[in-house]
Amino acid sequence: MTAQATKPDAVGPREMWDRARAFLRAHQALRIIIGAIIIAILLPTIGGIFAQVAPGFGTQKDWVGGFADAGVFILLACGLNVVVGMAGLLDLGYAAFFAIGAYTYAYGASTFTGLQVPFWVMLFVAAGVAAIFGILLGAPTLRLRGDYLAIVTLGFGEIVPVVILNADAWTRGTNGIVGLSQPNLYGILGINSFGFQNPYLYYGTVLVIIATVFILLYRLQDSRIGRAWSAIREDELAAASMGINTVTTKLAAFAIGATTAGLGGAFYASKLGIVSPDQFDFSVSFTVLAMVVLGGMGNIWGVAAGAFIIYEIQHQGLKQLGQFVQSLHIAPISLGPLTIDLSTINFLNYQYLLYGLALVLMMLIRPEGLFPSRRRRRELHIEEDETAEFLAAEELER
Amino acid sequence: MTAEGVAVPSQRRWPMPSRTALGISAMAVLGYIIIAIPSGAFANEQYINALTIGSLYALIALGYTMVYGIIELINFAHGEIFMVGTFVALITIKTLGFTDTIHDPLLLGGVLLVIFLVSMILVGFLGVLIERFAYRPLRNAPRLAPLITAIGVSFILQNIVFVGYSNSVVTTPKLIPFDEIQIGPVSIRIINLFVISVALVLITALHVFTTRTRLGTAMRSTSMDREAAALMGVDINRAIAITFFLGAALAAAAGVVQTQYLGTTVFNIGFRAGLFAFTAAVLGGIGNTTGAALGGFVIGFVEVASSAYGYGRWSEAIVFTTLILVLIFRPNGLLGQQTAERA
Repeated sequence: MTAQATKPDAVGPREMWDRARAFLRAHQALRIIIGAIIIAILLPTIGGIFAQVAPGFGTQKDWVGGFADAGVFILLACGLNVVVGMAGLLDLGYAAFFAIGAYTYAYGASTFTGLQVPFWVMLFVAAGVAAIFGILLGAPTLRLRGDYLAIVTLGFGEIVPVVILNADAWTRGTNGIVGLSQPNLYGILGINSFGFQNPYLYYGTVLVIIATVFILLYRLQDSRIGRAWSAIREDELAAASMGINTVTTKLAAFAIGATTAGLGGAFYASKLGIVSPDQFDFSVSFTVLAMVVLGGMGNIWGVAAGAFIIYEIQHQGLKQLGQFVQSLHIAPISLGPLTIDLSTINFLNYQYLLYGLALVLMMLIRPEGLFPSRRRRRELHIEEDETAEFLAAEELER
Repeated sequence: MTAEGVAVPSQRRWPMPSRTALGISAMAVLGYIIIAIPSGAFANEQYINALTIGSLYALIALGYTMVYGIIELINFAHGEIFMVGTFVALITIKTLGFTDTIHDPLLLGGVLLVIFLVSMILVGFLGVLIERFAYRPLRNAPRLAPLITAIGVSFILQNIVFVGYSNSVVTTPKLIPFDEIQIGPVSIRIINLFVISVALVLITALHVFTTRTRLGTAMRSTSMDREAAALMGVDINRAIAITFFLGAALAAAAGVVQTQYLGTTVFNIGFRAGLFAFTAAVLGGIGNTTGAALGGFVIGFVEVASSAYGYGRWSEAIVFTTLILVLIFRPNGLLGQQTAERA
């Protein structure tokens, strides 16, 4: 500060603000870290305010725990975004990699196997195992036409829970594996095992993971491989003739998507303390896909926001809506033969119907999502752009 | 197949249909042997079961393959169309007021005809509606867009039934008597005979329709080259709508078969059936109707054989592994022609 003040061209506060903005614009990682810190403070505060204003919605701890779970879905959505949004491959069995991450954690750190590998190590192991499965599944199928990939991943997403369910000897079938160990800081900052009582620690951990993933994903997106992904997404043939190895590039997208899901799975398993096959059925894949599409395919922030919004609607909004409507005590409305009793409607039943409608309407009306990336928007509105360019060119010629 | 044909020109002496017919007969014999080994005395019965379930998958697979053939879209909602078919059949049976088997052959025939017509026509129009509102606006959009709406449509259909009708397994009255009849050396239950003949009749009818009628020709020309067909005066929107109608109607027929043969349905039945039928379509060579029918029977065999060997719970995993193996070693399917691939 003093050094700046002694300079002849003393800067006013406005210029300093501009400089700070320019600095932040140039330093993406810093921006993400600052954003994460703001969110780390902001969301628990909002949760606290909600807990004060509307005690029926749960305590601050409940809210923070919910935000930590939402963080898992943000991770999943960001990972699927690499596959669907950046590389343009439709993965319909994404929950399989989530399951693989979670079960890997269950093998590495539970009373079931007796192994007690630290959480921080298992995060990487789970991510790695999920990536290996991603490569194993992708290697034979990514050579084929894109639509086949969709159905193969759909099948894979269906098969993984079936295998987990049926291979009781190794996975304890429907019962699931219980007694998973919690993350542990070994006394750093006075924290040992996270336990189940303190959601703040999980919330902080997931934020750190998300911020790291964000930084890596942004760097990937702007790297050579990120450009290769968008080239393949826009025109695979043209990309191939430009010398991009389409198979390895797509495989990389697939593996990175799987890695992120593996991270999410390990964190989720450690927070819940139990893994069972029904946590990973097709509805998870579908929900995450809806998050990516609604948030705005290809835009990392947008997808994260979409994931957060959908998760909160699903886990707080619809549940509370049901309770709210019940509390109104509206008399059943009678429409001739049809009687609508609002108080008996379970709004959670309608969530997938709503997602389905949202997906269709989104694709028809606003295919770039709620928070689109600029590039993706231009692709989807290419005809309008071309007309505009054409008109502009005509203007120039005149 | 194409590669061999090019490498050994002498094989061209064989006209294609007879080669296909030979292959199918060989597969039928092989299938019998595979199923007969673990089944022992029940070999015939299991074989007929496999044919029956295969008929079901064949009917559904035809819809996948026709739609893919004409607009290159994997219609993920097709399994749900089948599911809606089962419920329309169930509602029709209930509306007609039948709750038990019908022994009068004339009445039974009439009732079944009504059920088939009602389900096939209603569900056929459902297919047309879906095409009109969910797929047609996206015909020139990036490939991902219609795939995503297809998933959306499938969830909409599934959850309309889930919320509006039932959220658990419902049993349907089986109208066809559970008797056996003797045909030569084999005895066969009426229901199995009925299902297999329905499938064969419909597959043949479809074949005749697509090859011998003006509309069928319009459909085929549209699937070969949409623009050229349009230039030749084919109304491609109508051709595509008819394709969806036929595909959905066949899935509805499969739905009726499901209610009569297995006697249960549930809101999410379409997911598994759709996955199996799609595998069948890929197995036969997607876009190829004969191949889809053949693939359906093969998948039926795979499913029955896996339970005959005691791995019934794993049948999904086995079918899925089959799909992956086919995609790796024979991506054009058993009967599929080499198609221009983007990748």
